Amino acid sequence: MTAELVLPVIFAGLMAISLLAYVILDGYDLGVGVLLPLGSDEQRDTMIASIGPFWDANETWLVLGVGLLLVAFPMAHGIILGELYLPVALMLLGLILRGVAFDFRVKAQAHHQPAWNAAFAAGSLLAAVSQGVMLGRYLTGFAPGAAAWGFALLAGIGLTAGYVLLGAGWLIMKTEGELQQRAVRWAQRALLGTGLAVLLVSIATPLASARIAAKWFALPDFLLLLPLPLASLALFVLLAISLPRLAARQAAGNDNFCWLPFAATVGIVLLSFWGLAYSVFPEIVIGRLDIWQAASDAEALRVILAGAIVVLPCIAGYTVFAYRVFRGKARGLSYS
Amino acid sequence: MESLDPVTLARIQFAANISFHILFPTISIAMGWVLLYFKTRFDRSGDAAWLDAYGFWVKIFALTFALGVVSGITMSFQFGTNWPGYMQHVGNVAGPLLAYEVLTAFFLEATFLGVMLFGRSRVSNRVHTLATFLVAFGTTVSAFWIIALNSWMQTPAGVSVVGGKVHVVSWLAVIFNPSMPYRLTHMLLASGLTVAFLVAGVSAYRWLRGDRVASVNAALKTGVTLAAVLIPLQILVGDAHGLNTFHHQPAKLAAIEGVWHTERGAPLQLFALPDEATQSNRYALGIPKLASLIITHSSDGEIRGLNEFAGAHPPVAKVFWSFRVMVAVGMAMLLASWLTAWQLRRRGEPAPWQARLLVAMTFSGWLATLAGWYVTEIGRQPWLVTGILRTADAASSVGGGMILSTLLMYLALYVVLLASYVSVVFYLARKAGKPLAANLEGVTA
Ligand code: HDD
Ligand code: HEM
Ligand code: HEM
Repeated sequence: MTAELVLPVIFAGLMAISLLAYVILDGYDLGVGVLLPLGSDEQRDTMIASIGPFWDANETWLVLGVGLLLVAFPMAHGIILGELYLPVALMLLGLILRGVAFDFRVKAQAHHQPAWNAAFAAGSLLAAVSQGVMLGRYLTGFAPGAAAWGFALLAGIGLTAGYVLLGAGWLIMKTEGELQQRAVRWAQRALLGTGLAVLLVSIATPLASARIAAKWFALPDFLLLLPLPLASLALFVLLAISLPRLAARQAAGNDNFCWLPFAATVGIVLLSFWGLAYSVFPEIVIGRLDIWQAASDAEALRVILAGAIVVLPCIAGYTVFAYRVFRGKARGLSYS
Repeated sequence: MESLDPVTLARIQFAANISFHILFPTISIAMGWVLLYFKTRFDRSGDAAWLDAYGFWVKIFALTFALGVVSGITMSFQFGTNWPGYMQHVGNVAGPLLAYEVLTAFFLEATFLGVMLFGRSRVSNRVHTLATFLVAFGTTVSAFWIIALNSWMQTPAGVSVVGGKVHVVSWLAVIFNPSMPYRLTHMLLASGLTVAFLVAGVSAYRWLRGDRVASVNAALKTGVTLAAVLIPLQILVGDAHGLNTFHHQPAKLAAIEGVWHTERGAPLQLFALPDEATQSNRYALGIPKLASLIITHSSDGEIRGLNEFAGAHPPVAKVFWSFRVMVAVGMAMLLASWLTAWQLRRRGEPAPWQARLLVAMTFSGWLATLAGWYVTEIGRQPWLVTGILRTADAASSVGGGMILSTLLMYLALYVVLLASYVSVVFYLARKAGKPLAANLEGVTA
C-alpha cells in the first residue's frame, strides 16, 4: 500500500475523531448554554461555573477539525465551506456571542448583565442549530430544493436537542440539589426531542440520498449495521427508564450513577456518528469528491502526521489533567 | 475605492476579520508574561500588592483571551472560503505550519487557561504558576508559527516551485526565512508595548481618580518601565526590519519611502500625498538624503524606485501613510514613557499631565500594530506569496451578495464588541477603586 492510499484514510480518521470530540465536548457546553434561560439567577451562575474551565479547550477541537479539513483536504474545505457559507457565518456569530458573553456577563455594568445572559443563550442556540443545518446540508450533498432544506432544518433541530440532552446530562453529573432535579426534567424532555429527531433523520437520510440508501440496505452490510440502531434504541430506553428513578434517588440524597445519563448520551452520539461516518466514507463531498481525490500531497501529510503522533497523546494527557482538577460538583467560579 | 466585486469584498472581509482578531492576541501574548511576573513577584516577596495587581489584570486577560479565541475561530474558517487557490499552490508549506500551530499551541493555551483562571484554589501554588507559564508560553508559540508562515509569504525560502506548486526542500529554511526573525521580534515587542501602555494607561486612570493603593502604583511602574525599556529596542528592530525589507521586498520599501523613481540621496518624506496618476508626491516635505542614509547607511546610497516595478507594486499611499502612523505612535511612545519613567524615578509618582497622557495612550499599541500590519500586508500586494502566487489568482468565487451581507454582520458585531471591551476595561478600573462591597465579594467570573 502506498502513502497516497493510506494517508488520506488516516487523516479522514483524525478529522472524524476531532469532530466527534468537538460534538461531545462543545455539545454539552452549548447545551448548557441553550438551557440557561430555564435556570434561576443563582442556578445560572452554577450552570456557567460547570462549563467555565472547559469551553475554550472544547472549541479548540473544532479548530483542529476544520484545520485538518483545510490542510489535508483543501479542495473539499473550499467546496464545503463555500456551500455552507451562510450557516457557517451564523454559527460563527453564535460562537462569538456566547464566547464573549461568558466573560462580559459578570464583568460588565450590572444593568447590561441580562443582555449578556441573553446573548449567551441565544448564541449557544444559534451555534447549535447552525451546526445541525450544516450537517443536514452536508448529508444531502448540498442538494437544492425545499425538501433538502427541510431536511437540513430537521437536522438543525435534532442536533440541538441532542446537545441539550448532553448539557442536561452534564448538569445532572456536575450539580446537586434543586438544579440537579431540574436538569433531570430537562433531560427527559430533550430525550423525547432527540429520539424523535434521530428517528426522523434516520428515515429521511436514505430517502434524501439514494447512495446512502444503497449502502445501508445492501445485504451483508445491513446485517452488520443492524447493531447500530439497536444499540441506540437500547440506550434511549435505558435513559427513559433510568431518568425518573435517578430523580427519585437523588431527591433522597443518593447521588450514585449521576454520570449515567451523560455517559448514555455520549454512547448515543458515538453510535450515530459511526452510522453517519459509515454512510459517507470514503466520500468527503458527497457525490463529488472522495478523500483520495481531495487529499493534499503526501509530502505535507507526512509532516503533519509526524507532529500529530507526538502531540496528540500529550493533548489527551493534559486534557485529562484539567478535567481532574475540576472534578466533582461545580463550585462558583473564582479567580482567587 | 475599487468597485465592490466579490474578490474585493472577500479581501475587505478578510482584512476586517484579521484586523479585529489581532487586537486581542497582541494583548494576550504579552499579558500572559506580565501576569506571570506579578505572580512570581508575589510568590517571592509575599507583598499583597502584587497579588492584587494579578487579581485585577487576570480579569482583563480572561476577557481579552475570550475575544481572541472567538475571533480566531472565525479566521480558521476564512482561510479556505476566501482564497481556495492559496492551499492549492502553497499547501505544502501552509498546511503543516497551520497544523503545528493548532497542535502545539492552541490546545496548550486553551486547556491551561481554565486551570490558570479558575484553579487557584484547586491546585498547588506551584502548579498554578506552571499553568500560568504554559498559557503565556502557548500564546508565544502560536505567534511563532503564524508569523513564520506570514513571513514565509513575504520572503519565501526553502522551496522549489514545480508547475505553480511549492515543494519543501528545507523546513529550516522555510521556518527561519529571511524576514522571520525580524518580524517575530518586532511583533513580540509590539505586543509588549501594547500591554505596557494598556497597563500604564489603566493604572494612570485609577491614579487620577484618587485610587492610589500600592497595587495601582506597582502596576503603573511596571507598565511605564516596560514601555521605556521596550520602545528603544522596538525602534532598533524596526530599523533593521526596514533594511531587511529593502533587500527582499524593494517594491514595498519604495512605497514606504515614497520613492517613485530610482534615486541616490533620497529624502526622508515626513509628509507627502503620493499620487499614482502622476507617479509623484504632492506637497512633499522631506529631509534631504535621510532616507538613503537610514536605509543604505550612506547619504547618497541608491534606493530603487517604484518605476522598476511597474504594474507589480503595492498601492503607494496606503503603505506610505500606514508606515508613518506606526512610526509616529512609536515616537510618541518613546516620549511618553521616558518622561514618565524619569519623573517616577525622581518623584515616585507621575505628573498629572503625564498621567492624562498615559490614559490617552491606553490603546496606542493597537493603532501602531494595525498600522504596522497594514504596511506589511498591503506592501506585499499584488502578491499573496511574493514572486510565487498573486492574490488575484487565489481568490474565491463565493457570491458577492453573500459576502457583503456577512461582512456587514461582522462589522456591526465588531463595533459593538470593541465598544463593550473598552468600556468594560475602564468600568473594571472604576469598580476596583471602590474598595468596600465590590472587592469583598471576591472576584467571580
Ligand atoms: C501574532 C500573533 C497572532 C496572529 C498573527 C494570529 N493569531 Fe490567532 N491567536 C493568537 C495569535 C495570533 C493567540 C495569541 O494564540 C490567540 C489565543 C488567545 C488570543 O487572544 O489570541 C489566538 C487565537 C486563535 C484561534 C483560537 C485558538 C483557540 O481555540 O484557543 C484561532 C483558530 C486562530 N487564532 C487562528 C488564526 C489565524 C487563522 C490567523 C491568521 C490568518 C491568526 N490566528 C493570526
Ligand atoms: C495579524 C495581523 C494581520 C493583519 C492586521 C493583516 C491585515 C491584512 C490586510 C489589511 C490585508 C489586505 C491587503 C490588501 O488586500 O490590500 C491582508 C491580506 C492577507 N493576509 Fe494578512 N494580516 C495579518 C496577518 C496575517 C497572517 C498571520 C496571515 C497568514 C498566515 C495573513 C494572510 C493574509 C493573506 C493570505 C492575505 C491576502 C488576501 C487579501 O489580499 O485579501 N495575514 N492582511
Ligand atoms: C518607530 C520605529 C519603527 C520602525 C522603524 C518600524 C519599522 C517597521 C517596518 C519596516 C515594518 C514592515 C516590515 C515589512 O513588512 O517588510 C514594520 C511592521 C510592523 N510594525 Fe513597526 N516600526 C516601528 C515602530 C513600531 C511600533 C511602535 C509598533 C507597535 C507597538 C510596531 C508594530 C509593527 C507591526 C505589528 C508590524 C507588522 C508585523 C511585522 O512586519 O513585524 N512598529 N515596522
